[in-house]
Amino acid sequence: MSITATQKRGFSAVLWDYLTTVDHKKVGILYLIGGGFFFLLGGLEALIIRIQLIKPENDFISAGLYNEMITMHGTTMIFLAATPLLFGLMNYIMPLQIGARDVAFPFLNALGFWLFFSGGVLLNLSWFTGAPDAGWTNYAPLSVQSPGHGVDFYVMGLQLAGAGTLMSGINFIVTIVTMRAPGMTYMRMPLFSWTTLVTSILVLFAFPALTVGLFLMMFDRMFDTAFFDVALGGNTVIWQHLFWIFGHPEVYILILPAFGIFSEIIPTFSRKRLFGYTAMVFATFLIAFLGFMVWAHHMFTVGLGPVANSIFAVATMAIAVPTGIKIFNWLFTMWGGSIVINSAMLWTLAFVPSFTIGGMTGVMLGASVADYQYHDTYFVVAHFHYVIVGGVVFALLAAMHYWWPKMFGRILHEGLGKLAFWTFFIGFHLTFFIQHFLGLMGMPRRYWVFLENQGLDTGNLISTIGAFFMTFGTIVFVINIVYTAMKGEKAPADPWDGRTLEWTLSSPPAHYNFKQLPLVRGLDPLWIEKTEGNGKMTPAEPLDEIHMPNSSIVPLIMTIGFFIASYGFIYQVDHKAWLIAVYVGMAIALGSMLYRSLKDDHGHHITKDELEREAD
Amino acid sequence: MSQDHSLNPETMPQDPAKATMEGKHKHLGLWIFLGGETVLFACLFGTYLALRNSTAGGPSSQDLFGLELVFLMTILLLTSSLTSVYAIYHMKNNDFKKMQLWFGITALLGISFLALEIYEFAHYIIDYGFTFRSSAFGSAFYALVGFHGGHVAFGLGWLIALMVRNAKRGLSLYNAPKYNTFGLYWHFIDVVWVFIFTVVYLMGMVS
Amino acid sequence: MKGWMGKSKALFLFTMLALFLAGCGKENLTALEPKGYGAERSMDLIILTTLIMIGVFLVVMVIYVIALIKFRRKKGQEDYIPKQIEGNHKLETIWTVIPIILVLIIAVPTVIATFDLADESQASTSLNVEVTGNQYWWHFNYEDEEIVTSQDLYIPAGERVYLNMQSSDVIHSFWVPSISGKMDVNPENVNTMFLEAYEEGVYWGKCAELCGPSHSLMDFKVIVVSPEEFDQWVSDMQNVDPEQVPEGAVAQQGQALFEANNCMACHAIGSSPVATGPNLTNFGDRSTVAGILEPTKENLVEWIVDPESIKPGNKMTGAYPSISEEEANSIAEYLMQLKPSEITPESAGN
Repeated sequence: MSITATQKRGFSAVLWDYLTTVDHKKVGILYLIGGGFFFLLGGLEALIIRIQLIKPENDFISAGLYNEMITMHGTTMIFLAATPLLFGLMNYIMPLQIGARDVAFPFLNALGFWLFFSGGVLLNLSWFTGAPDAGWTNYAPLSVQSPGHGVDFYVMGLQLAGAGTLMSGINFIVTIVTMRAPGMTYMRMPLFSWTTLVTSILVLFAFPALTVGLFLMMFDRMFDTAFFDVALGGNTVIWQHLFWIFGHPEVYILILPAFGIFSEIIPTFSRKRLFGYTAMVFATFLIAFLGFMVWAHHMFTVGLGPVANSIFAVATMAIAVPTGIKIFNWLFTMWGGSIVINSAMLWTLAFVPSFTIGGMTGVMLGASVADYQYHDTYFVVAHFHYVIVGGVVFALLAAMHYWWPKMFGRILHEGLGKLAFWTFFIGFHLTFFIQHFLGLMGMPRRYWVFLENQGLDTGNLISTIGAFFMTFGTIVFVINIVYTAMKGEKAPADPWDGRTLEWTLSSPPAHYNFKQLPLVRGLDPLWIEKTEGNGKMTPAEPLDEIHMPNSSIVPLIMTIGFFIASYGFIYQVDHKAWLIAVYVGMAIALGSMLYRSLKDDHGHHITKDELEREAD
Repeated sequence: MSQDHSLNPETMPQDPAKATMEGKHKHLGLWIFLGGETVLFACLFGTYLALRNSTAGGPSSQDLFGLELVFLMTILLLTSSLTSVYAIYHMKNNDFKKMQLWFGITALLGISFLALEIYEFAHYIIDYGFTFRSSAFGSAFYALVGFHGGHVAFGLGWLIALMVRNAKRGLSLYNAPKYNTFGLYWHFIDVVWVFIFTVVYLMGMVS
Repeated sequence: MKGWMGKSKALFLFTMLALFLAGCGKENLTALEPKGYGAERSMDLIILTTLIMIGVFLVVMVIYVIALIKFRRKKGQEDYIPKQIEGNHKLETIWTVIPIILVLIIAVPTVIATFDLADESQASTSLNVEVTGNQYWWHFNYEDEEIVTSQDLYIPAGERVYLNMQSSDVIHSFWVPSISGKMDVNPENVNTMFLEAYEEGVYWGKCAELCGPSHSLMDFKVIVVSPEEFDQWVSDMQNVDPEQVPEGAVAQQGQALFEANNCMACHAIGSSPVATGPNLTNFGDRSTVAGILEPTKENLVEWIVDPESIKPGNKMTGAYPSISEEEANSIAEYLMQLKPSEITPESAGN
C-alpha cells in the first residue's frame, strides 16, 4: 500500500480507508478536520454573540437563544475545537519527533477520535431541539432545572468526547515512555513531545473529575437523584468543585502543547537551539503540578472563606513564575539568533506580547480581593480569550503553517498567510483589549443585553468591529487551505531548515514513518547531523520487515453503539420506549468490545522487499 | 518476528505478560489507566463525604449499615485478589490449567461478592425504602458503591470472556498480557473496596 | 487612600482616561471609581497589580523589540549559523527570583485584604439585611427593623451594613461595583458580606452569575442616604398602613383589582413575609419598574399587561388571568401612589 497507490484510489476507497484507519497520521488528520469544522462552527456562534452586543438593548436574537449561543460557543471551542486540534497535531507529529513508527495503542487511538467526534456531533444535534443554555460551566442548579433536553445533550456529548480524550491521553503517555527511538532519551526529546507527555498526564488526572461531575448531573436530570437538589440535602457547590478540578487543568491541557509548538518554531526560525531547555522542561512540569492546586480561584466569590481564598490566591500567582521562565527563555532563544519572519513565525511573534498580557491579567485575577470585582465580568472574558486565542489559537495557526508541508506535502501560501495573520491579529486585540475595561465598568459576562446610558456602548461596538476582522482573517485562512490544496508549492522533506526528526522524513511520511529507526545523538538530532555529520540520520537497525497494526472498522461501530445509547438516555426521560435505544446501543458497544477482545489480531508485516522497492 | 505466539516450556520467557512490545504497552497502559480511575473514585469519595450527613430526614448510615454482611463481602473480595495472584503465579510458571483454575475461583468469589451487594441494596430498598432518590446521602452512597459494583461486574465479564476464549488455546504471548492486565485491574478494585469499607461503612457506623 | 497609593491611583486614572476617551464608565456603576470600602480595597490591588504587570510587560517588550530588530536575518546572512547557546544560569536565576519577589509583593496585601473583607466581627452591632436572590429580582428583609422591601436597598452612608444572602432558586451573585466586589448567592447556604458606602447616592447593582434568560435584566439599586434619613425611612416604613385607601377613583378601582386578581398571593404590601414576588410597600418610590425601566406609569402598565416581553422567563408571566390595558392602568395608578416615605432615591442625590 504505497503512497502513490493511495492517491490513485477512488473517493469511496479513501473514505473507507479513513473510517477504518489506525494510522496515527491519518487519525491526526481526522482530528484536524473534525476540530477545524467545530472551530468554524464555534466562530460563527461567537460572531452571533458579538452582533447581538453591537448596540445596547439589541434584539438580534432572543434571550433564550443567546444563552444557548454562549453555552455552545464555549463548549465547542474548548472541547470540540481547541483540544482536538491540538490532539491532531500531537497524533501526527509526536511519534515522528520521538522516532516511533506508530503509537502504542493504534486501535484505541482511532476509538478516541471517533468518540470525540460522535460526542461533538451529538452535542450539536441539540441545535435542532434546543441547545444547552446554562453556560459552558453548566452550574447546578440552573443546569439541573434547565427545561428541554439541551443540558442532556451537553452531558452525554461531553461524556463521549471526554472518554475519547482520556483514551488518547493514556495512549500518548505509553507511546512516549516505551517507543522512543534508540538514543532518544527523555532529555533529548523535543519540547512539543515533552508537552504532549505532560498534557496527557493532565488529561489522565483531570478528565475523570469531569466524568464524575457529568455522571452526577446526568443522574440528577434523568433519574431524579439528589446530588444538587438542595431540598433533599444536595449541594450545588460540588458541581463547581468537580467542574473546576477538571476545568483548570484543562486550561493547561490547551496551553502546554501551545508552549511546545512555540518551542519548536522559535529555535527553527532563529536557527538557534532552545535557550534553557532543562528549565523549559522543568517549568512545564511545575505549571502542570500547580495547575491542579488552583481550581478554586474560579470560585473566589462562592463563599469558601478567607483561608481557602488566600491559599488558592497565592498558589495561582505562583504559576506566573514558571510561565515567566518560559517567556524569557523564548526571548533569549531569539536573542543572538538569525531570525526569519514568515507566517509561522508571525503567529509566534504575535503570541509573545498577547500571551504576556493574558498571563499578567491571570495574576491580577489571582489576587482574590481584586477578583471580587473581575469575577464573572468581561474582564474575565478578555483574560481567557487573551490566553486561549492569543496562546492556543495563535499556536494552532503557527503550527498549521509550520507542519502543513510535513502533513500534506504542500506549503501554505505566504501572502494569504500574512493577510490572515494581520487581520486576525488586529481584530483580536480590537475585540478583547477593550473588554478588560468593559468588565471593570460594570458589565458582567453572559449578558444578553446591556442597557443604555451605562457607558458601555462604545466599548461593545469596538469589540464587535474587531470580531468582524477576526472573521475575515479566518476566512482568508480557509481560502489559503483550499488554494494550497489545489495550487500550493510542493514541499521538500525539510523546507524550514528543521532541527528535529520529523524533518528527516519525506513530506508526507510513508505510513510506517521510519524505514529504519534513527540513532539519536542529542537534542535537535537532525541539526546535529547537519552540523557535525553528513546531514542524514544514522540508522539504529538494519533494514528489516516492519510490524504494523491492521485497520479496523470496530472503533467506529463501537462509537456508533455508544452514540445510539446516549441518544436513548436523553430521550428515555420522555418515553420509556427509548430505553430500547439504550439497550441496543450498549449491546453494539459491548459486543464490539467483546469482538475486539476475542478475535485475535496480530497485525501485519511489511516485508523487506516492499521496503526496498519503495526506496527513495 | 514470528507469527506464532504459542508457548512451550523451552521458549517460554520469564514473564510472558511483558515479553512482547504489546505486552509492555498493555501493562504500562493499564497502570496509567488506574491512575485516572483513582481520580474518578477520589471524586466520588469526595462527593460522598460532602453529602453523607445530608439525609433529609431519611435513613442515615447508622440506621442502615450492618457490619456482618459488609465484613463477609470484604473477605470475599480480598480473597479473590489473593486467588488472582496465584493465577498470575501459575501463568509465570506456564501452567495454564492451574491458572484457569485459580482465575475460576477468583470469578466465583467475585460473583458471590456481587450477589451479596445486590442483596444489600435490595435490603435497603425494600426494608428501609432507601433509594438513590431518598436524599443526597442516598444518591452519593449508591453512586460510590454502585460505581464500584459496576467495576466488579465489568471485571467479571472481562475475566469470563478471557477464560472461555482461551480455554482451548492455552497460554501464549498474545493472551498472557490480557490476563495480566485483568489481574492488575482486579487488585485495583479490591483496593478501592478497602477504602469503601473504611470510609463508608466503618466511619458510617461510628459517626 | 494612603500616600503613594493615592498618587499612583491618580496617575492610573489619568492614564486610563487618556487611553480611553469614554473615561472610566458610568459613575456609581463602574468599579474604577470606588465609593465604598470593598471597592476601594479591590481597587488598591487592581492598581498595584496593574503597575507591576505593566512594568513586567515593558521589560518583556524591550527585550523582544531589540531582539527582533537586532537579530533579524539580513541579506547575505543566509548561511550564517548563530552560536548555539544551551542557557545561562545567571540569567535564568534572575528571571526566576525576580518574579517570585513580585509575586510575594502582590501576595501579602492580597491575603491581608482577603481577611479584612471577610471580617464579620462587627456584624452583631451593625445593621443586618437578609438578601434573597430570585429569578430575576432581589428581596431585602430588615429583620430587626421588621421592614421588607425589594429591588431598592436602602442603607445609611458611612456605616457597615451586613448582608446575609441566600437564593430561593438558582445561584445569583450580588454585585454593586462602585461600593464592593461581588459575592455569590447560593441556594444551600447563607453567604455574608458587608457594604460600606462612603457617599450618598443611587448605585447600580447587577446579578453576576448566569441565572437564566433574564440574567442580564436582574438589576437593582442601592440607595445610600445619610444616617438620619435612613432612620426616618425606617420609621416611615414601619408605620405603613397596608390597607390605606388611595386617592382618586381610578386608583381605588386599581386597589380593588389588585385584590380581585389575588396579586397579594405573591406581592406583599407592608412587612408581610410573603416573598413569592417583590414586596411593593414603597413601589411609588422605586427608582425603576422591574429593575430596568424608567419608573413611569406607562412602563408599569406595559409590565403588568405583558411581563414576558420585558423579562423573558420571569415567574410572573402566566401567574394571573390576563389583564386589559385599562385595568392595568388602574392598578398602576394605585401602585404608583404607594409612597410611604419622604426618603426616596431623589433624597440620595442623583
